[in-house]
Order: sequence, then structure tokens, then C-alpha cells
Amino acid sequence: MEHLEVLKTYKIYIGGNFPRTESGRFYKVYDSEKELLANACLCSRKDVRDAVKIARGAFGGWKSRSAYNRGQILYRIAEMMESRRAEFESQLSKIGFTSAEATADVNASIDRLIYYAGWTDKYQQIFGSVNPVASAHFNFSLLDPTGVVGIFAPEASPLLGLVSLVAPVIAGGNTCVALASEAYPLPAIIFAEVLNSSDVPGGVVNILTGKKEELAEHFSAHKDVNAMIYTDNLSNEMKKMIDENASTSVKRIVKKLVNDWYEDDTQSPYFITDFQETKTTWHPVGF
Amino acid sequence: MSTTDFSVTTPIDHVAVEERVARLNKRSIKKDSKIQALKMALSMMDLTTLEGKDSEGKVIQLCQKAKLPYAPMPDLPTVAAVCVYPTMVRTAKDQVKGSGINVASVATAFPSGMAPLSVRIDDTKFAVDEGADEVDMVISRGAFLSGEYNQVFDEIAAIKEACGKAHLKVILETGELHTYENVRKASDLAMEAGGDFIKTSTGKISPAATQPVTLVMLEAIRDYYYKTGKMVGMKPAGGIRTAKQALQYLVLVKETLGAAWLNNEYFRFGASSLANDVLMQIVKQQTGQYQSADYFSVD
Repeated sequence: MEHLEVLKTYKIYIGGNFPRTESGRFYKVYDSEKELLANACLCSRKDVRDAVKIARGAFGGWKSRSAYNRGQILYRIAEMMESRRAEFESQLSKIGFTSAEATADVNASIDRLIYYAGWTDKYQQIFGSVNPVASAHFNFSLLDPTGVVGIFAPEASPLLGLVSLVAPVIAGGNTCVALASEAYPLPAIIFAEVLNSSDVPGGVVNILTGKKEELAEHFSAHKDVNAMIYTDNLSNEMKKMIDENASTSVKRIVKKLVNDWYEDDTQSPYFITDFQETKTTWHPVGF
Repeated sequence: MSTTDFSVTTPIDHVAVEERVARLNKRSIKKDSKIQALKMALSMMDLTTLEGKDSEGKVIQLCQKAKLPYAPMPDLPTVAAVCVYPTMVRTAKDQVKGSGINVASVATAFPSGMAPLSVRIDDTKFAVDEGADEVDMVISRGAFLSGEYNQVFDEIAAIKEACGKAHLKVILETGELHTYENVRKASDLAMEAGGDFIKTSTGKISPAATQPVTLVMLEAIRDYYYKTGKMVGMKPAGGIRTAKQALQYLVLVKETLGAAWLNNEYFRFGASSLANDVLMQIVKQQTGQYQSADYFSVD
């Protein structure tokens, strides 16, 4: 019997589910030959709102997982990615990666997950401290996750770039809402499918597709988003708008320009501490 | 007026009730109308704390919130009432003095109602003597479900008498009544026995207030009004946490009973966490920015 090809509908990822955008809108995604690849959801401010709400709800539970358990789950994401490598590679080759580049991109993404899986139960020792004080107190500083983090995934590195930003954020106990690369959103959605089968609790990572131009305002103005990161060189107007909106809720904006995600300095524990708050406690001793 | 024969059941079309609710939920209320509706919802709220761990401090805090729901917007309406246990009525009464906010007290061995009638009457009198403006009583669900309608009727009438001038809200605890028919029957019974309000739930049983149940009760109120000319109030309580739900309830009231019921004389929300969500939505409407619970009081 003749087989009819079944095309995949690429949807967004919110709270462990794959809904369509509430707006019902979509935009066309092309491959490197300008051929139509698929329709992607064109998310609206209400999708941002829904995702943030879910991310906020998931924060308490994720933050209180043991560091070791978060590490196990990150490692599990890497395992699942390994088993779906062919799908990632085929998707990357459609958008202009050579076969070797696609393999290298998936390898680096998996390595990065393992790297941060290892850091989950170690960064606290390195960056926490016991502080000398001149009174009868035991004084110590610990790191606490910032909360809900908005992520603008890099435009030109739709898989490795996204993984490089999401992994340290969740390794540190935050939850996030990531906006996928606008031109190449499909690897991000396949990554969402990996997350969905990796013991990552629903809502810890939420992935939207759509236009930065439209959504930057809502990411930056939403008071329940505690921090944002972007690594592309955004337009000056957009940067200004993000900074101004962020100021109304003292939202932390992390800007790191990255051109090459294979550089050594694109993975470091400082990507974790970017989204940690230092809490210092004075504990009386001597009684 | 002859009393109704409660052994006769008023049939309820389940499918139609749920479909009507679903249809009314699609009503879209935006911009200025939304702000008005949100403020109305705030003014209809019975801000509630009914926990075993309630303290004077908690009640004082609740009353402060009732008087000034959100400090940066002092022009917002106050809530309609605070709802507390009888032992907390005096504290609440002192706190809201002069603000126009009522003090409602649950009574009659809330939430189960499992105490002798004499104890429940004393409980009610105590609350009223302490200064309660409104009394929220529970019906005997066990007796109701066994078909002892006269007993339930007489108990409500006795509590009504004990209330004196205080308004009586009759809690049906619809989560324990199982069917819409029972909800309808209990509503009819409570209204005829003298209840000034009928209320869905104690908030201690799940499911608490649902929209279909509320619609059934609103229709009972409407039919009772056509029959007697008396307007009885409605109070859904329990499980109403979001501003969106609150607006949906207001639409149900408007479409079933009309604008005459759209004020806090005849409609209340029993809620504890709803107030903050309504406030967050009001601020969102005015600033255009989605809000965070971090910026609103913890209660």
C-alpha cells in the first residue's frame, strides 16, 4: 500500500504540554534553499503571560529539588538527546549545516548538558562562603535561584545556543521561558520534545516561537519575570526598551555577546551565577 | 403563601446548564468594562479567613486589607465584608468600625453542622451578640440527603430567628449534595425558610463553588422572586481564585437575574485569595504590565 507522508505540526511548549499559540497565528519557516519547511506558531503576549504563569508555578518545586536530583535530570536530557540525535542532525542540515557541522552541534549540545549536570551540586561550594565577622556570629552566604528567567535564544545557533542558555539557568534551580530562534525555531521544538521525555517537571522550561520585535516588550515588562538574558546584538531601540521596562521591576538583564558557541568561555559556572541571588545569614553562636 | 412540597423534585437539564455556562463563559469583557467589573467584584467580596490557626493578628491584618485593599490605589472600593469565626467577631468589628464594611460570622458548628440544634442556636446568638452583621450557617446535609426536609427547614427557620436583625446566609455545601436537583431543592428550601442569601459552600469540601451549581441556584432565586417578589442574595464561595472566574460569575448573575442583583446587597464572593488576583488585574489594566504576586500583600 502506498504510504502517505505525515508531516509534523510544530507547536510550542508550555507547562509540559504542546499547545498551539492562543492567538491562532503562525509564520512560515524556510530551509537554506528558501523552501518552505513548516509553519511555526507566532506567539502573542498572552502566550508569554501563560508561560510565565506556569513557570512561576513550577519554580518552587524545581528550586527545592536537591541539587543532585537536578543534576540527574540534566544528565537525562543529555541521554534523550543522544537517542534522538538523527532527528536533530537532519533538521540542522536542512537549515544549512553540513553533516559534520550538524554532528558537532549536537555533540556540543549534549556535552554542555553534561557539563552543567556536573555543576548542579558544586557551584554552591565554590560561590557560597563562610565569612569572617568581628562578632559572635556564624556568617555565611548562600546562592538562591533568581526565579523566572526570560531567554532570547541566539538567532544563528538554534540548538547549541539555546541549550547553552537553558542548561545553566535550570541547573541553578530557576525556571525559564525561552523564545526560540526566529528564523530557525524547529530545533528548539524538537529540544522541547526531548525535555518532555526527560523527567524535567512541566513548566520548568517553556519554549515559545515568534518574533522578538513583538514579544520583547512583554518579556521585559512582565513583573513576574525576574531576569532576562540575550546573547545577540539586538537593535539599540530594543535594548533601550528592554532596559527601561526591566527597571520598573528591577529585573536583571544579562547581555553577553556570543558569536561562536564553541569558544571556551561560552560554558562556565558564571552562566549559573548570573541567575543566583546571594543570601547572607548571621547566625548567633556562643550560647 | 403555601409552602412547597419538597418531596417533589424540580427537574434540572444537566446538559443545558453546563452548555449555558460554557456559552456565557465566552463573553469577552475588555478595557473600561473590565476595570468596572473588577472593581465591582472587589466591592462584592467577603474577605475570608476560616482556619483553625486564625489569631487576632491574622484577623486584624485581614481587616486592614478589607479597608485598604491596595495602598497605592486608595480610591479602590473596599470589600463588602470580612468573614470570620464567631470568636473573632469582636476583633473584626473593632477593626472595621466606621468603614461601612460588615462583619460576617460563620456559625452553627461550621463547617460540619454536626452539633445539637440548641448548640447551633447558641453559636449563632453568640456571634450576633458579639456584633456580627451577617451570619453564615450550614444546613444539616445528612438530614437533607435522608429526605428530612422538614427538619432542615425548621432548623433554618430557628437559626433565622436567632439571628434577629443580622442577615442570614444559608450554606448548602453543594459539594455534598451530589446532584443539581438536590441543589435546587436545598435552595428552594433555604429561601422559603427565611434565608436572605444562599451560599454554595464552606470552602472545606471539594468541589466547592462551581459555575453550573451557581447557575442552578441563581435560577432558583429567579423563580422564587417571580413567585414571591422577594429578592434573595447569592454567594458562591470556595475555589474562586482568579479575576477571570469572578467576571464569569458576574456574567452569570447579570444574565440570570439582571442588574438589580449586581451589587453587594445581593451578590457576594466568598474568597481569600481572589482579592489579590483582582487587584493584580486592575493594576495590569491601568499600567499595561502583567503583575507579580511579589508586589501584593501576602494573606
